[in-house]
Amino acid sequence: MRAYKPKDDVQKKSYYNDRFYITPTLKQDSIYNDSIFSEDVSSLKNVADVLDAHIQAEHLVVFINPEDNVKVITHLKEIRAYDFMMELTAVDYIATRGGFEVVYEMLSTSKRKRLRVKTFIKEGQAIETVESIFRMANWSEREMYDMYGVIVNNHSYLKRILMPDDWHGHPLLKTYPLEGDEAASWYEVDRIFGKEARDIVGPELRDGACVDRYDTERFARLGHEVPKGTKISEGNEPDTPIRYQEEGGVKLFGATLVTPFDKIEKVQLKERK
Amino acid sequence: MQVKNRLKPFFENITFEREDNTMVVNFGPQHPSAHGQLRLMLELQGEEVVKAHPDVGYLHRGIEKMGENMIYNEFLPTTDRMDYIASSSNNYGYALAVEKLIGIEAPRRAEVIRTMLLELNRIISHLFWLATHALDVGAMSIFLYAFREREFAMDLMEDYCGARLTHSAIRIGGVPLDLPKNWIADLEKFMDVLKSQIPIYEGLLTENRIWRMRLEDVGIIPVEMAKSWGVTGPALRGSGVKWDLRKEMPYGLYPELDFDIPVSDKCDSYGRYKCYMAEMTESMKILKQLIPMYEESDTQLMAHAPEYISCTKEEMMTQNYSLMQHFVLVTQGMRPPVGEVYVATESPKGELGFYIVSDGSPYPYKLKCRAPSFWHTGILQDLLPGHQLADVVTIIGNLNIVFGEIDR
Repeated sequence: MRAYKPKDDVQKKSYYNDRFYITPTLKQDSIYNDSIFSEDVSSLKNVADVLDAHIQAEHLVVFINPEDNVKVITHLKEIRAYDFMMELTAVDYIATRGGFEVVYEMLSTSKRKRLRVKTFIKEGQAIETVESIFRMANWSEREMYDMYGVIVNNHSYLKRILMPDDWHGHPLLKTYPLEGDEAASWYEVDRIFGKEARDIVGPELRDGACVDRYDTERFARLGHEVPKGTKISEGNEPDTPIRYQEEGGVKLFGATLVTPFDKIEKVQLKERK
Repeated sequence: MQVKNRLKPFFENITFEREDNTMVVNFGPQHPSAHGQLRLMLELQGEEVVKAHPDVGYLHRGIEKMGENMIYNEFLPTTDRMDYIASSSNNYGYALAVEKLIGIEAPRRAEVIRTMLLELNRIISHLFWLATHALDVGAMSIFLYAFREREFAMDLMEDYCGARLTHSAIRIGGVPLDLPKNWIADLEKFMDVLKSQIPIYEGLLTENRIWRMRLEDVGIIPVEMAKSWGVTGPALRGSGVKWDLRKEMPYGLYPELDFDIPVSDKCDSYGRYKCYMAEMTESMKILKQLIPMYEESDTQLMAHAPEYISCTKEEMMTQNYSLMQHFVLVTQGMRPPVGEVYVATESPKGELGFYIVSDGSPYPYKLKCRAPSFWHTGILQDLLPGHQLADVVTIIGNLNIVFGEIDR
């Protein structure tokens, strides 16, 4: 029987897993180990629910409800001096938890601290934009929408940013196929020439290393050069001796610039180098 | 009015007049000053830009998707293709993030070599920036001078790792090779050359009337705007914010090194130009300090962490268990702990961050590259309106955007 492969996560998986191997976890510290972070969290608790907070890899990680994101980020920027938002992205947990984690990565230049605000939204649930607080979210949210299909409410221009406007699917989803995407493979042909030209153009040759020695349109062979498009078949390949202009020497105003190859003095080595 | 058909989509190759007397110009993606694949739709009132709309994605190769489907070591050469002008800084950012995740540190000599490569790469990147930016603005000779010195620096890179652009010279856990013979001497020779050349570049540009007229008060990024758009690197320092991760949140060897952070509070293109020029000198200062550090360091090049990092060649050839471990690491890949890290380094363009979520499998569950140029392009839509069309080229060139890392 064919092995079952889950359809909701078609990404590459390790082919072998040791049954007895227990993966360690990156250390999580309590927020009370760091005075600045504990102050941040207690201040945040005044404006919104903090579901969880810990320190991991020198970052404060705060979990909040998705409705509170604008409140929390405004508070962090205005009151807690986190003046940069460095990154805004989503993580696809549809297969395991039925939704996305939206991540806001922030930096405080005055406190020299980094903080990550995380919130969980269900598949199809929208999130409010933070564009009015940080302009960079304009592009990041567009990228998040493009890559994951997360809808952002009240965004000024929620359009695809990296993929073409009429692209089908959201590439960073775990359900997005790694190969065999029919719409993607014909995208350019459909767009430029129309669907009816698929037969004429044919599928794209994706093997970059493939060399067809009888295809004189795209390939040339040293020593067997023929005019482009010449039809040749096996056993019927013309042999063109390579001749360079310099072989007879190059002369300019009577002086020889390049000595002919057979006139150059050759040295026979007596023993191996 | 254009006729829209399949071969000629509506917005391609157009200059047309609209009723409200503004003209829409499609700048790029094949424009020589668009620095790669930037398509910029500009709405012009006369020669003044009224509205700018950067359109990116023409170089999108799905590097993050590739990263999620490759084992950790396999992805490293792919990071070269992000910021291809300074690929060592991408390698380092990624390697540092993974090292943080698995909790190892590179040995001292490896760290010295890495820092040397990073700073040499910063010089290469800045020289490239200077050459192309000056060429965009109209100074042809500086382009030739800067590229000549960049060539020497790239020869040094080639001597070390065999590649000129896509280095992959920094690996997770250290560096693969020691410096070749005479490399340090060559580096010193190069620095002597560059030291004598930088005043020539500055002599050609700094007080040049045309250069100043083209750059001064052009592309003013106020501090608030820079912070809001997540602008980092020389562009932020050109706006008067003294923020350099190498100094403020140091990593690697940088706490031990003595260097300054050039800042300019002019906020315009000229201020940023001054920062870039001063940074090259600072990088040379760092390189000079690294030479004695290299000579004092021990010879170990890769960290010893048999669970994650392959052993040395010698061990592999003599010890059975090491060979088995190496085989497993190559075929299956390392399995870092469950957790997530965001590690930021100061690349020549700004803050380069790698956000990695690991679920304990050999493939990262989520990999996100925070590429500085992405937001340096985004800011164009707020920055360009009000400028003349000729200034658009200056601003694009001045912000040092590289499309490999914008589109990823």
